[in-house]
This record gives sequence, structure tokens and C-alpha cells, in this order.
Amino acid sequence: MSANMNGNGTENGSTVEHYVDPAPFNPATTEDLTAEQERFYQASQWQIMWWKFKRHKVAVWSGVVLILFYLCVPFAEQIAPYTPNTRDSLHLYAPPQPLHLFHEGKFVGPFVYGMKSEVDMVNLKWVFTDDKTKVQKLRFFCRGVNYRFWNLFTADFHLVCPAEGGTLFLLGTDRLGRDQLSGLIYGARLSLTVGLVGVAISIVLGLFFGGIAGYFGGIADNLIQRLIEIMRSLPELPLWMALSAALPVTWAPVWIYFGLTIILGLLDWPGLARAVRSKLLSLREEEYARAAVLMGAKPGRVITRHLLPGFTSHIIASATLSIPSMILGETALSFLNLGLRRPSVSWGVLLNEAQNISVVTVYPWLMAPVIPIIIVVLAFNFLGDGLRDAADPYK
Amino acid sequence: MLQYIARRILAMIPTLFVISFLTFFIIELPAGDYISNQIAALKSTGESSSVAKLEFLRKEFALDRPFFERYLIWVGVWPGPHGFDGLIQGNWGWSFEFDKPVSDVVGPTLPLTVLLNFATILFVYIVSFPIGIYSATRQYSWGDYGFTLLGYFGLAVPNFLLGLILLYLFNRWFGLSVGGLMAPEYIDQPWSLNKGLSILAHMIVPTIVIGTSGTAAMIRRLRANLLDELHKQYVTTGRAKGLSERKLLTKYPLRMALNPFIADIGSLIPSMVSGSVIVSVVLNLPTVGPVLLSALQSQDQFLSGFILLFVAVLTLFGMLVSDLLLAVLDPRIRLGGRASS
Repeated sequence: MSANMNGNGTENGSTVEHYVDPAPFNPATTEDLTAEQERFYQASQWQIMWWKFKRHKVAVWSGVVLILFYLCVPFAEQIAPYTPNTRDSLHLYAPPQPLHLFHEGKFVGPFVYGMKSEVDMVNLKWVFTDDKTKVQKLRFFCRGVNYRFWNLFTADFHLVCPAEGGTLFLLGTDRLGRDQLSGLIYGARLSLTVGLVGVAISIVLGLFFGGIAGYFGGIADNLIQRLIEIMRSLPELPLWMALSAALPVTWAPVWIYFGLTIILGLLDWPGLARAVRSKLLSLREEEYARAAVLMGAKPGRVITRHLLPGFTSHIIASATLSIPSMILGETALSFLNLGLRRPSVSWGVLLNEAQNISVVTVYPWLMAPVIPIIIVVLAFNFLGDGLRDAADPYK
Repeated sequence: MLQYIARRILAMIPTLFVISFLTFFIIELPAGDYISNQIAALKSTGESSSVAKLEFLRKEFALDRPFFERYLIWVGVWPGPHGFDGLIQGNWGWSFEFDKPVSDVVGPTLPLTVLLNFATILFVYIVSFPIGIYSATRQYSWGDYGFTLLGYFGLAVPNFLLGLILLYLFNRWFGLSVGGLMAPEYIDQPWSLNKGLSILAHMIVPTIVIGTSGTAAMIRRLRANLLDELHKQYVTTGRAKGLSERKLLTKYPLRMALNPFIADIGSLIPSMVSGSVIVSVVLNLPTVGPVLLSALQSQDQFLSGFILLFVAVLTLFGMLVSDLLLAVLDPRIRLGGRASS
């Protein structure tokens, strides 16, 4: 800055006498930083990203929604009023029970009406009607159906339970009288984590291949580029279908779950690898990376210590954007009977019941899993957009 | 141009080999094969009379050979039990499940699959092009916001769920079955004008269902590309020189933005073919989708292998077309090899 000003002085000044300010130069006087700017320049990269992310209101709210959804993962047992495989043989295909607050003009708090059931002999199905005489008040922080918490110990504490002897099917029941809402809450456990584990796998693969291609270049780069191109030109879903059809039916549900996540991650890495590669290619040319190489750092160290921090934020952003496709992949596969199966519960497994259109027409509440799926996918998309915008905070 | 086309097609050959190998590898992943599973089932029931016949069939289809040999025989570059007789020679294999040649099983579904995918791509182009231009030129208008919101939903609602919802709503509101690709009375009928019209009418819903997410993505991209161009200085210069808005738009920025618009279709095709497979299952369309599902479930390996290869080749072909279109549009690509971006 000061050098420039001196330069200006000499330029138009062969006639003017050369002037030098005797006072010591203080940069603070020329570059007047406001308190806000000061804060900005002092902040770390991650802090600036956080500030930038916070301005993206939709993304922040999507994050909040996702956190709420993810609370179902550890605490499904407590949140759900039933367990997903509790059968109520008296309420097969029971419709959703709407929540009421007022009974005959009087406030009673949240309650549902009991259900009367009779057989419709023409259509051969149960017909359920509200029994206005039975007011079943919900109980909160209560003891209800037994469950094994994380498969460790048996407990019966629930956030909300049906009234004693009553029912609480807020989203109806399926063909075996299993509560849909409880199914959704338990299903979140598998549906929501499938994406995370799958993305973790695809990040590892993407970093590995992208790292090799971007850092070493040459033949390795060429080969991996071709591989990425081929992988990207393949239609994902048919391959997912073929791979998950190859999972042995005899496997335990846990293994099927892990097999599925690996399959989902296995085909998803090319996009990430490509991003890693192009970022590495540009970062590799930076002076600090050169310096590290000249000082004798090994490739592994240069990549992980010097280059990786430069694009961690980008990886997080693009990983967030690829989670929804995995969630949808799992849903599609389970929907087609190729993925998870009962007794595992995921949103796709629940949707499996809705495969037959004639059943869905009569019992539309079987399509309930569609709602959380759409909300979660939308939220991940918004969150990913926000993260991507924030990933380059200096722009 | 001819040279470019030739080079582009030649480049496809190694890709095809890699893809066919991957496909074969995947369908061979499950333990055993269709026939040996049947033999095991027969042996477990104590019935061994037809085992000999099945053993003979295994030899007949070269299932007793090592993996690489089987692959080469399947492709047709290695002599099998009946000499060179594989995909290259036009023999698509045998479907054990249907007890018919694969070509007979999938034959009628192939043209419909191609037609459906072609219609979807056409739909995506036709819808996203004007909307993308509208959104970009009237940025932050109500229309723009509306389409952006719609686009987000289009991206978020998975196509098979959209199919399910539409199926339900149509059934509910109009008592109409949107499943199938033609009215029931035309199934197994010879081709006629009415049959064609019926197919066209039934194509509307699947096309929309499969194309929505692609359309949403294309609108977003065209809008972004066009906005980038519209903010460049040559647009201001053109405007300052008195070009009419319309001419200004179509003459310069639109042409620049068109390039990535066409290139992107290449990356959309795989997801669209994916979508058509699962939507076909949901909407019960007679394309390769439902056949693939049942073939995978019964481990009918040659059938599923052929279909996997077919959809992969379909996407490759789509990408080829998009590349050629791009070359027609942009002399830099035609003359200078691959685009650098």
C-alpha cells in the first residue's frame, strides 16, 4: 500500500520535491478495519464457513429438521408408541386415528376415539368407525409395550402410549395390524443410516482413487479417469438391483444391511473421486504444496497434511448431496424386495406393502412412508446446497 | 466430422468390453447357477432321474467351464460347445426361467424400452428449454420462484414414488388405470393405428414420471448457465448498441449456454434409464424393467445379463448421440478432439 503511494508521488513529481513523511508508517491508519472486518480476518476458515452457512436460512432449518429426524435413530424405542412388529390382530388395516383435543366442546387434552369394527361382507374387509363414546386419552412418559433397548436390556418406557386398553394408530395399521407410525420411527434407524454408512464408504473410495489420479497424474490418472467415465455411464439402479440380488438370502439382517450399504457406496464414488481429483490437481500447483514436496515430504503426508484440509469442506458438501440418492436407492431396492426384508424395518420395507395398487387404493395410508422420505431428501438437498455455498468462504 | 464420428465410435469398443465384463461378473456373483441350483433342489427331494438331463444342459450352456472361458463364450470370442456362438454372433443366450431364447423373451419389450426412454429425453428437452430461458431472463420473478420450487420437488420426489402417487390419484379421481403401456384390448393384437394411439396416450404418465427429476435438473442448469452468460460484458455491449432483447438473447448468450445444456444430457441419461426400469415395475409397463426384476430374483443369469448389458448400451448410445450433437453444434469439439472442460 505505502509503496504504491510513494510511486504515485514520484510519477507526477519531477517538478515537485520528493517528500517523505517523517512519521513511522502505521498500516492501521491507511487500512481502516471496522470491528466486523477485524473479526472476519481473525476468524478461522471453519468459523467463516459457519457464518456464511448461517445466512442460508433454508439450509439451517433443513439441518434442524434432519437433526430431529436423526433423533429417531438412537431413541426409536422410546419415541414410538409400539414396536414395529407388534401385531394387533383385532385391528388389521385399521385407518389412521385422528388426534382430537376437544370432546363435546370440552377440552380434554390430546386423545383419540376408540374404534368400532365390523365386517363388510360385500367387500370382505373390516370397516372401522369412530366410537364417540370411548375417549382414549393419550398417556405421556408412560409404560407401554415391552422392548429390548438397543438389544441390551428390556424396558417399557415410552414418550407416548395409548390409553389403557385403547389403541393409538395415528397413521393406521398394515395387513398384520402393525402400527405404521412406529414402523416409520423404527424404519428411520436403517433408512437414515444407510446413507451415512454408504457415503462413508464412497468417500473412502473416492478419496483413494481421486487422490491417486489427482496427485500422481500420468497413466494412473488416465486409467482412473476412464474407469470413472465408464462407471458414470452405467445406469445405477439396475446394477444396484443385480448386486443386491446377489446377496445370499440366508444372511442375517445385519449382514444384508451392511452388504447393501457397501453396494450403494460402491457405485457412488466416481462423482466424488472426480471432485477430489480436480481439486487436488489445482491445489498441487500451489506454492505451499510445492514447498512441502521440496522439503522431502512423502506423497501420503503431502496429500493428507497439506492438500486434504484445503478441500475437506467441499467433500463434506458433495457427500451431503449424495446421501439422498443412497436413501432413495435403499428405499427402491427394499420396495422391490431386493434389499432389506422383515423383520428389519426401513421405509422401503414399509413401502413394500404398498406395491399392489389395488391394496393402496383401498388402504391409502400404506403410502405414509412417502412423506418422511420426501422431507428427508428435500432437507438433505437444501442442506447440501447451503454447505456447498459455504464451502468456499473466501469467494 | 466423419473422422470425429469414427473416432468416437471406436472409443466405444473398449468401453463395451469393460461393461460386458462387469455385467457378466455381477450376474455370476451369486453362488451356483440356475441349473446347478435346480440340481441341488432335485437331489434334496431325492429325485435323481432328471439330474442327468440337467447335467447335460450345464454342458450345453458351458456352465461347467471356468469363469473367464464362460465370459468369452458368452461374448462370442471363444468357441463354446457349438463353436463361436455368443452376443457378437447375435445369440443372446437362453432364458432358463421361460425356457425360451432370451431374444424371444425380451424381444417385444426392447422397442418399447427404447421408445419410452427416447420420449422421456424429448420431454425433458422440450419442457426444460423454455422454462430455463424464462427463469433466467426473468430472474427473481414469481414465475422463476415457482419453477425453482417445483424443480426442488421434482428433484426430491423419487420417480417410483411419484409413479405410485399418480397411480393412486388417477385411480381415485378418475377411476382410471394408468398402468400398462396400452389399453388391455390391444395387448397381443397386431399393430394398428388405434394401438399406436393407445400406446401414445399411455406413454404420457410414465414419461412425466420418469422425466420430472431430469427436467428439474436441466432447468436448474440451463438457468445457471444462461445467467452466467447474461451477466457478461458482451451482452451489455450488444444492448448498448441497440440490439432488440430477443435478438440479443437468441444470438449470443443462448448459444453459449446451449453447449453445456446438450453436454449435460449425457450425464442425465444413466439416471433416466435407471428411472425407467423401476417406474416400469411400479406402473407395470412392458419394458425390460419388470423382466429384469424377475430374472434377477430367479437367478436367470443369461436373461438378466443381457438386459443389464442392454440398458448399459442404451445409455452409451445416448451419450454418443449427445456427443455427436455437441460436435455438430460446436466446431471447437469437432476439430480439436475432446472438449477440455
